[in-house]
Amino acid sequence: MIGGFGGAGGQPTRLMLALRDLGVGDLTIIGNVAGISKTTGYGWPDHLDPIDQGMFFESGQATKITCSFPVPGTTNPLSDIEKAWREGNAEVDIVPQGTLIERIRAAGAGIPAFYTPTGVGTPVAEGKEHRDFDGRTYLMEEALSADFALIRAQKADTRGNLQYIGTSRAFNPAMATAAAVTIVEVDEIVEPGGIDPERVGTLSTYVDRIVVREAGDPLP
Amino acid sequence: MTTLSNDPAPRLDRAAIAKRAARDLVDGSTVNLGIGIPAMCADFLPDGVELLYHAENGILGFKELSAPGEGDPNLMDAGGKFPKLVPGMAFFDSVESFSLIRGGHIDVTVLGALQVSRNGDLSNWMIPKRGIGSIGGAMDLAANAKKVIIAMEHNVRGDLAKIVDECTFPLTARACVDEVITDIAVIEIDRKNDRVILRETAPGWSFDDVQARTEARLVADGDVGSMA
Repeated sequence: MIGGFGGAGGQPTRLMLALRDLGVGDLTIIGNVAGISKTTGYGWPDHLDPIDQGMFFESGQATKITCSFPVPGTTNPLSDIEKAWREGNAEVDIVPQGTLIERIRAAGAGIPAFYTPTGVGTPVAEGKEHRDFDGRTYLMEEALSADFALIRAQKADTRGNLQYIGTSRAFNPAMATAAAVTIVEVDEIVEPGGIDPERVGTLSTYVDRIVVREAGDPLP
Repeated sequence: MTTLSNDPAPRLDRAAIAKRAARDLVDGSTVNLGIGIPAMCADFLPDGVELLYHAENGILGFKELSAPGEGDPNLMDAGGKFPKLVPGMAFFDSVESFSLIRGGHIDVTVLGALQVSRNGDLSNWMIPKRGIGSIGGAMDLAANAKKVIIAMEHNVRGDLAKIVDECTFPLTARACVDEVITDIAVIEIDRKNDRVILRETAPGWSFDDVQARTEARLVADGDVGSMA
């Protein structure tokens, strides 16, 4: 699992680059808006070269992605994910965004499946259990977990409590709960008490490893 | 404005479609605007109308955007643009953001479309020929917002109809569209009475002109107004 929304904010960019450099293969990626920044600039300030999840398909390390938004409009150049998909090198599982985040939340919360009205009557409903409640039809969707979650926060304390900033939360807090090992990338690490308890966005219980960026890192 | 060879009058441009759609946004509503023409509605709100904008990535109450190419990556909207920090704004995670949508707390969403059917089915996430598409928040918004307005061009490649009897593209949600605002018409999808009502036409366009470019059969319900 790779946190954030899509775009620079909330994306664990340094952890992603480290994973690429590690060279491990046969990866299945779970993300949200995935792989469109490099070709469209989505969510990146103009002065920086965008980095996105497409890098794992460009490098051949990933063979599958579960996400909600893997390709931009038709007028944009082909993304690395679409290229890999067209060449038969990648399976792309496209999930409605609200269903994707709820499946991740459910995995972390000990709920194996849930019913949602989203997607009824569409291709995403095919093969899934349907059930009516109060006259409306719902789909059953199953929890989604991962071996690793790479997430991004502004600040961690040494216990692993995390504080987020602005719109960088997105998929990060839920993903932190849904993986066997959660690794967080932060700008700053502080002693316990350095994060206001009212501002803890992810509990230390969920966090296994903390990676602190170098001071003055030019990446967002 | 563009005029196709057989059009009776110019079609509205994208900004004018957005401007007309913005007129139907009610003061005080919680609103989610899709990318493209829908996002442009924010530039054309009538005087005195204040909306509470929601974006899927976890922000409520944003308004002013930073200059293009500038801004804070930790202060983004779902279209990848960077709003400014304004009083009353709230941040939250994607669980909360989609509880807001799925739970029916969004009053209005304005979305683009590839096809809309006569009973309000919406297709807007994949062109079959391409074989891959992006759903994002569209299925959640279309299925669960209290009101769904579509803002789009009326036809593709000249005269191919996008308002059809049955969608042939993969669906986003069934029976969800309430109103369609295009470059030549304002159309109400009256799902309860199984009618597609032509409410307004662009200046110089007649009922028959619009019908000729629409696969679904249109009806009038009282006078047909002007989009001007």
